[in-house]
Amino acid sequence: MKKIIEVEHLRKVYGSTVAVNDISFEVADGEIFGLLGPNGAGKTTTVECLQGLRRPDAGRLRVLGLDPQSDSRELRRQIGSQLQDSALPDRMRVWEALDLFSSLMPNSPDWRTTMEQWGLTEKRKSSFSRLSGGQRQRLFVALALANNPKVVFLDEMTSGLDPAARHTAWDLIRAIRDRGTTVVMVTHFMDEAERLCDRLGIVDCGRLTAVDTPQGLITTYAGQVRVVFSTEHADLSWLQGVPNVSRVSRHGPRVEVEGTGPVLARVAAALVERGILPTDLRQEQPSLEDVFLSITGHTIQD
Amino acid sequence: MRTLLKMTWIELKLFVREPVTMVFTFALPLIFLFVLGGVFQNIPSEEFRDAKPMDYYTPAYVGLVIASIGLVGLPVHFAKYRERGVLRRFRASPLHLWCIFGAQVLVSLIIATLGGILLVVVSMIAFDVKVPESVALVIAAFLPSVIAFAAIGILLGSLLPTTRAAQGLGLILFIVMLMLSGSGPPPELMSDAMEKTGQVMPLYYVIRLMQDPWLGYAWNWDAFMILAGVTVVASLASLRLFRWE
Repeated sequence: MKKIIEVEHLRKVYGSTVAVNDISFEVADGEIFGLLGPNGAGKTTTVECLQGLRRPDAGRLRVLGLDPQSDSRELRRQIGSQLQDSALPDRMRVWEALDLFSSLMPNSPDWRTTMEQWGLTEKRKSSFSRLSGGQRQRLFVALALANNPKVVFLDEMTSGLDPAARHTAWDLIRAIRDRGTTVVMVTHFMDEAERLCDRLGIVDCGRLTAVDTPQGLITTYAGQVRVVFSTEHADLSWLQGVPNVSRVSRHGPRVEVEGTGPVLARVAAALVERGILPTDLRQEQPSLEDVFLSITGHTIQD
Repeated sequence: MRTLLKMTWIELKLFVREPVTMVFTFALPLIFLFVLGGVFQNIPSEEFRDAKPMDYYTPAYVGLVIASIGLVGLPVHFAKYRERGVLRRFRASPLHLWCIFGAQVLVSLIIATLGGILLVVVSMIAFDVKVPESVALVIAAFLPSVIAFAAIGILLGSLLPTTRAAQGLGLILFIVMLMLSGSGPPPELMSDAMEKTGQVMPLYYVIRLMQDPWLGYAWNWDAFMILAGVTVVASLASLRLFRWE
């Protein structure tokens, strides 16, 4: 697999704060790679170094084979950026911004199509200052794609979007990936990371603590599967003896069984054998939330 | 080139959509024109280089149009862009710094030309100002003057971190230059110290460069060379000192 981005031992310090502490990872051609972590974890600093917007204190970076510091000019022609805390002139209109940004590169896609895809056609004549947070966000993503980039960096792309707009945005990002553009995104939304990213890095306190596919992370770090059902049966102590089961707990009629591997099938078989037929037997999937908790020892909101 | 023109066109539209800047740039020099035009009797006198006061002041007020763009308009524009994150947005795009600067120079030229023509036409109608002795040399003086002040404006905009700082310092510089460079009391009437201070101001040379051919004197090479020097130094300093964030 071709590597589009290589990061080796990246370090960035602001005063006495170590924002990024020895981060290394790679991004392959055509994937959606995500950095997931709480605010202040160092995600934004990392991608800003990759875009040549900040000078790293140590480490080796390559984006499309270019050094983001010394080849920043060439790099900016080939990447697209959606940044946090940026703006357009208050009185610049939506269409003017799209027209300007797409004129920066030859063979850019028609900006009218991008405007349509991102639901901005109705707002084409509105000035930037009159757009809502969500509309600004969509405009910034559209601008990031205006020069037909090989890699696009999206920093908290869906913050400020309502749920429907978020789902539309995810579909559009997948479509961009399917067209061959590599996507690097920063997010603190678990569901976004889980559903959208092909591979994911978990960032906490300036360190990259794990990199894998969302499912891979869940399998590795949230190994315990939870099976839940309800029954009025009094004695369930025999459940401890069922293979794959590690822990049983009970709150009134509700029974929770934790275990590994095919624990659901084992529990189901054992229940049927004893004539217990709960109607609500199910397995609760561990989520990235559990992964995050098990890796960092805290939830993402902490 | 296409991008430069597109950028210039957009910036020009943005300027027109900003009424406060428009009024400041176009109306302020007109107000001075009418105030001083009402004070002096428009007869030739020694302190006005043997010319009528309004013939003397009209090129000076064209200088004011130029100075207000360079000292207030451009610095505030850049500082606002920096403060709001517009420069950050531009920086992450393939837009070159020279394109951002170049568009501002072109916009300054267009606005100064419109403001200058407006002022000259009004003073011709209201104060019977005569056509310059050498129109060609006045135009030749106007262009480097605008470019010099655009360079100063970009330098100030590169250095001043916030809109407030740009507004404050820009206005102070503008008022001091306005008073001491020949658009307020004529340098011929100033004390030695005032006149010397005035000769430190770039606006002094802008006014001399335009006033000399306007009143029939020869092309002022000294003023021209000084403005050329100011342009070069300010441009190089801007490229070195420019801060995106």
